[in-house]
Amino acid sequence: MTATTELKNIINEENVVYKKTSVLLDNEMHYCPGCTHGVIHKAIAEVIDDMDIQEKTIGVSPVGCSVLAYNYLDIDWQQAAHGRAPALATATSRLMPEKYVFTYQGDGDLASIGCAEIMHACNRGESIVVFFVNNAIYGMTGGQMAPTTLEGQVTATSPYGRDCQTTGFPMRISEMLAMLPGTRFVTRESAETPGAVRKLKKAIRKGFENTRENKGISFIEIVGTCSSGWKLSPVKSNEWMKENMFPYYPLGTLKDE
Amino acid sequence: MAKFIGAIVVDTEKCKGCGLCVVACPTKVIELARDVNGKGYHYAHMANAAACIGCSSCGLVCPDTVITVYRTKAS
Repeated sequence: MTATTELKNIINEENVVYKKTSVLLDNEMHYCPGCTHGVIHKAIAEVIDDMDIQEKTIGVSPVGCSVLAYNYLDIDWQQAAHGRAPALATATSRLMPEKYVFTYQGDGDLASIGCAEIMHACNRGESIVVFFVNNAIYGMTGGQMAPTTLEGQVTATSPYGRDCQTTGFPMRISEMLAMLPGTRFVTRESAETPGAVRKLKKAIRKGFENTRENKGISFIEIVGTCSSGWKLSPVKSNEWMKENMFPYYPLGTLKDE
Repeated sequence: MAKFIGAIVVDTEKCKGCGLCVVACPTKVIELARDVNGKGYHYAHMANAAACIGCSSCGLVCPDTVITVYRTKAS
């Protein structure tokens, strides 16, 4: 048997072990090559597919690169003003408690302008899931410094590296929120390796399941990359993230009640 | 000999050539092509098809979900 005929025998419907889930639409993503948003969108879509809750899920998209998330996931969506996604999700989940409501926010949205909204949503313990994508930079607007930018990190607005004397220190949002009594599940994940994606999917599933019990908010931080903003290749970005982000933003579950 | 044999099919027109699948592949099956697709990206392809075990690692880390993975028992 030649190599080509052997390949043809493998490639048929019954041997499929991994393919694009139907929850993800066929639209081509506008994200840069290697962007972590794509992996996170896919992980959320696969969990929604596994749990068979496509008809019952409502997402709230933020302002930032992921504002167009509604073009990629085939579920119901709302779009919030900058940083106000938790407020919109609060109203949605209170009016429709049978739905699975989640917000999807970046660090410029959640950690900066939306800091008050997320604090109070967590303090009230709303039955929602919050996905917080932390890539230490404002991606969409051209790579400016964010509250989560690391000390010494070069960005468009900190060309000599972030100086903590004048701009404050990088914020560890998950640690802050884990202290609030309203949070039920606070975890920090990543999505750079197959193992990390599998762990992330477990956390997403747990978050969605928690919303059924009205015992508090589930907060899932995902440490991601921004290869355009960091001016590195996608593979180098992952290496930079492992070297610099993980020591300051350690992965793992901070709270699980 | 490997117990499972696999194969991947890449949607080359949607691939952005980020190369994350190349480093995720445990058996070094995938490489970026010398050719480019319609958008000018060097798309991923199976350079060493015989080594594929169908583990789905490439599919899991692909940000654009362009990889379909097939797997069957070795005959």
